[in-house]
This record gives sequence, C-alpha cells and structure tokens, in this order.
Amino acid sequence: MKSDNIEIRWHGRGGQGAITAAKIVAKAMFTSGYTGVVMVPTFGTERRGAPVFTSLKVSREKIYDLSPSKEPDIVVVLDHLLLEEEDITQGLKHDGLVVINSPLAVRSYRFNGSRVAVADVTDLSVKAGLPQGMVNSGIIGSFARAAGLVELDVLLKTIEDEFIGRKPGENSRAAQLCYENTIMGGL
Amino acid sequence: MQIIETGNTAAALGVKLARAQVIAAYPITPQTPLTEKLSEFIESGEMQAEYIPVESEHSALAICIAATSAGARSFTATSSNGLLYMHEQIQWAAGARLPLVMCVANRGVGAPWTIWNDHQDSISQRDTGWIQIYANDHQQIIDSVIKAFCLAEEVMVPVMICYDGYILSHTHMPFDVPDSEKVDAFLPPYRPPYALDPADPSNLNTVTMPDGRADVRGDISLGYMEIRHLLQRDMIEAVPALERVEERFQSVFGRGGNPYVEPYRCDDADYIAVSLGSLSYQLHDVVDTLRDEGVRAGVLSVHLYRPFPDRIIAEALNGCSGVVVFEKALSYGYQGPLCSDIKSALYRHAEGRPFVTNYILGLGGREITTQDLYEALKASCFPDGGAGEETRWIGLRFL
Repeated sequence: MKSDNIEIRWHGRGGQGAITAAKIVAKAMFTSGYTGVVMVPTFGTERRGAPVFTSLKVSREKIYDLSPSKEPDIVVVLDHLLLEEEDITQGLKHDGLVVINSPLAVRSYRFNGSRVAVADVTDLSVKAGLPQGMVNSGIIGSFARAAGLVELDVLLKTIEDEFIGRKPGENSRAAQLCYENTIMGGL
Repeated sequence: MQIIETGNTAAALGVKLARAQVIAAYPITPQTPLTEKLSEFIESGEMQAEYIPVESEHSALAICIAATSAGARSFTATSSNGLLYMHEQIQWAAGARLPLVMCVANRGVGAPWTIWNDHQDSISQRDTGWIQIYANDHQQIIDSVIKAFCLAEEVMVPVMICYDGYILSHTHMPFDVPDSEKVDAFLPPYRPPYALDPADPSNLNTVTMPDGRADVRGDISLGYMEIRHLLQRDMIEAVPALERVEERFQSVFGRGGNPYVEPYRCDDADYIAVSLGSLSYQLHDVVDTLRDEGVRAGVLSVHLYRPFPDRIIAEALNGCSGVVVFEKALSYGYQGPLCSDIKSALYRHAEGRPFVTNYILGLGGREITTQDLYEALKASCFPDGGAGEETRWIGLRFL
C-alpha cells in the first residue's frame, strides 16, 4: 500500500545464507539512514537445498506493514539454477532489477523491461579465499553495485562485523570482487 | 543501543536485562529460538540464572511455580499446544498469586496441526487470571518483558506477553536495547512477601474450605471464594498499576506511554478498526490510504487484553459510528472474543451505539494481504455496502 518502500526479494536455497545476506544489507542500510528495515524470512518448513526466499523492505520511515512483498523492486538470486525451478520475477516491478549469481553472460538473461546484473559469485568467492559454495557475502557486492542504494565501504564494514570469527577478510574481499565484476544488462 | 534482530531475540534480551533467575522451558516452534538464546546467554556466563531443561511444558511451568514460590524471579515461554499443555499449571500460577512472566509466540492450535500464527492459543487462556499484553513490534516486546516483571511483582499476578509467531518472532527489525544499569534502576531485585524456606516449612494453597475458618492460632483463614475475589480485585487494580509502571518506564527510558491501547488517527475518526498485535500496525497503512480517499478511519491497537480496560476502550471509541474488529481467534459457535469484549465495553460505557463488524482472518497463518484489509475496512465504512453484523471471514478460499 505504501509506495515509498524499497522491496528486495532474495531467492536462495536452504542453508545458502540468503537470510544472512539480507540481514547484512538491512544493517548496512539502517546505518546509512534508512530508519525502516524489515526482513521477513519464509516461514516454516525449510529444508537444506530447497528453494527459499526472504523479503527485505527498506524505507526512510518506520515500516508498519510486515506482510511479504508482492511487488519487489529488486530480486536477488543466489543460484542461477533457481530460475529453472521458480518464477523468481513474479510481481517484479516493470522497471525492476534482477541480480543473479551466474557463470553465464548477462545477455543470456532477459526479463521483460527489467535491468539485469550478473556476476559469477561462486567463482569469485573461491578466488577471495572462501570455500566452494559460500556466496552470500559475494552476492551483496553485486547487489551494491547494481542497486546503488548503499555505499560499498559501509557494506564491507557490516560484512566484517557480521562474519567475526568466520573469515571476515575473505567475505569482505568476495563482496569487493563481486562489486568490481558485476556486469549490467537487460531491459 | 540499536540492533537489528528477531522478535524472539528481543524477548530473550528483555529477560536477560530483567535478571530472571530461573528459566524452564520446552522448545516449540516458533518460540524455540527465544529459549535457545536464553540458554546461550546462561552457558556463556552473560546471564546469571539457572536453566532447567524439562520434558514438557507442564513441567516447565511447574518448575517456574516452585522457583517463584521459593522467591526466585522466573520465566518461561511457549506457543500453541505447548501453552495448552500448561493449562492446569497456568490456572495454578494465577491462583497461587505468583509473579511469573511468560512469553507466548502466538501460533494456531491443533487439530489440524499448524505451526503458523494466529491468536487462538493465548486467547484460549484468557480466563485463567493472568494479565495478558500483546506487543506490535520488537521494541514493544523487549520493553513489555521488562515492564511485565515490574507489574507482576507489584500486583502479584502472573503476566503473559504475547507476540505474533513468525510475523514478529522470526522477523528482523531495528529496536533499542535498554542500558543494563537503567533496567536495574527501573526493576530492583524481586523481594517476595513470603517464600518457601526449608528452615521454616509451610504449606501453600492446600485444600481450602468453602467457608473461612480459624487456624490453630485463632486467625481467620479466608475461604476459596474470598481468595478468588482478591484475585479479581487485584486484576482490576492491575489497570492503574500498569499506568504507574508505564510512567516510571517512560521517565527512565523516554519512550512508551500507551500501556492499554495505542490509537492511530482515532481522534476524529468515524470508523475505527480494532485488533491485537502486529495486525494493528498493518492496518496503519490501510487507514492512511482510506484517509487519502476522504474516509475518516483510525486504528485502535489493544495492548492490555486482561484485565480488559473496558472504560478506556469505550472512551477511545466514543463518537465513532462504526467499529471494525479484526481477529485471529474465535469463540467457536459465537464470534471473535475481542469483538464480544468490545461490544460489552460499549454497552456499558458508550453514549451512542456504533455498529460493530467482526472479521476473522489469518487463522493458521493464512496470509493477510493489506489489500484484503483495505477492502474489508472500506466495506465496513459503508454499512449499506455489504458488511453487516454477522461475523465474516477474510481470505477464505475453496469453500
């Protein structure tokens, strides 16, 4: 109902860290002056590997409506194979943005009227020193580059704080590498 | 300090700040992360308390009853069928006048089995003699938990803090964690008026005769009915007591001020939506939209459900021509319990008689869309437009 919210839907697989990624972006945006940040995970019976999504709403004001976003401005996909399983662009606003972790070229993707941002987050995260399959810090870097809603240094600091004791430097580097290697396309 | 965390974490931090001394709980979705958090605090030494793992919710509350009887500040938490399993001990804790605090992460009850949110669990415990408070967001959860111990210990009645399962329990949002020193100043250690002591044995709440009688010293012991009358008297007294607690909280922490109800755009409203919990906040945006269309609508969020602040609610609704009660619970065979209570308050205290519409929604986690709320409230603002006095359901399909 409120139109000044920015709604970001995160698609991942159970255990992949989509919730942590959304939480880090929530914290970074709160630090950047967005008073209203609400992160609503899928409720209930998630299983490791199964498709899950979480919805993040941000606003300059307190958010009172916690219902999940139906018409996201931005969709972030942590695993490009999810595109074969789910309609990840469902409800996406016409001039929206889709951020995908994919080894494929950005021209492989076309979502009617939306911008697309692609980075091979899986590969770049390994290059940053993370174990194979850890993509949740890297995808945030791509998100930051594509969405332009939050400064990279704020984000990197938030990532380092979040991953204290769990390879903070490597996670931060993954985000930085993905930020630098995100290719924009679409429309 | 502002943090972004879940509602369960907000509750756990409140319990830690309140320096609860005994925690006994049995895990049940969606309450589980709250008690997990408390056990982590205790394990790491951040919190000085005894965590007693139990084999059931009935035992959890039994342990809290024993611990509080011995003079310890105690806490438990549950949801849904876990709360129902406590029912016998819930009645006991109130009758024994123990200042316990319990969080209920609201969830529908079986059968059929559901793990998702509605209010049937805590509403079904309405008449047990516990104070019931509903929180709308994480700030209210953490603040209410701290205030709950203060209130419970002042009136010697247990307090249930209820918040929506998943919608609040698992959602992340920012909230302020109060300073520990300030909480200590606000909430001094619990000093029980009496406590079980092995050095001075006594019986509590033994068989009590219908009539009062003299004990061995010739002192008159009250009969069952007097003891129960005092519970009712003190429940009523909890209404002004809560205001005193709120005022003190506000002076220390600089926020709060709506202990009973939280009105939004109600002052000149012709139509007022009423509900419990996070749904009240979802209705804010609906009311804003209706206002933009020229309909004078408002929302009244009820925080204190028992004791029911009927006069305050009737005053808040005074002058409006329609009241629309949105509920996630039902008294099967009649209507929503909050709706009945609202009507009763209006019968007694209101000057005019607004029409009252009742909507049942969100049972067992059925999604409540803001669009559905908008359409329902709008229909109720035009009584000729379809909404009548019958209880209606929002979001039903297939039937």
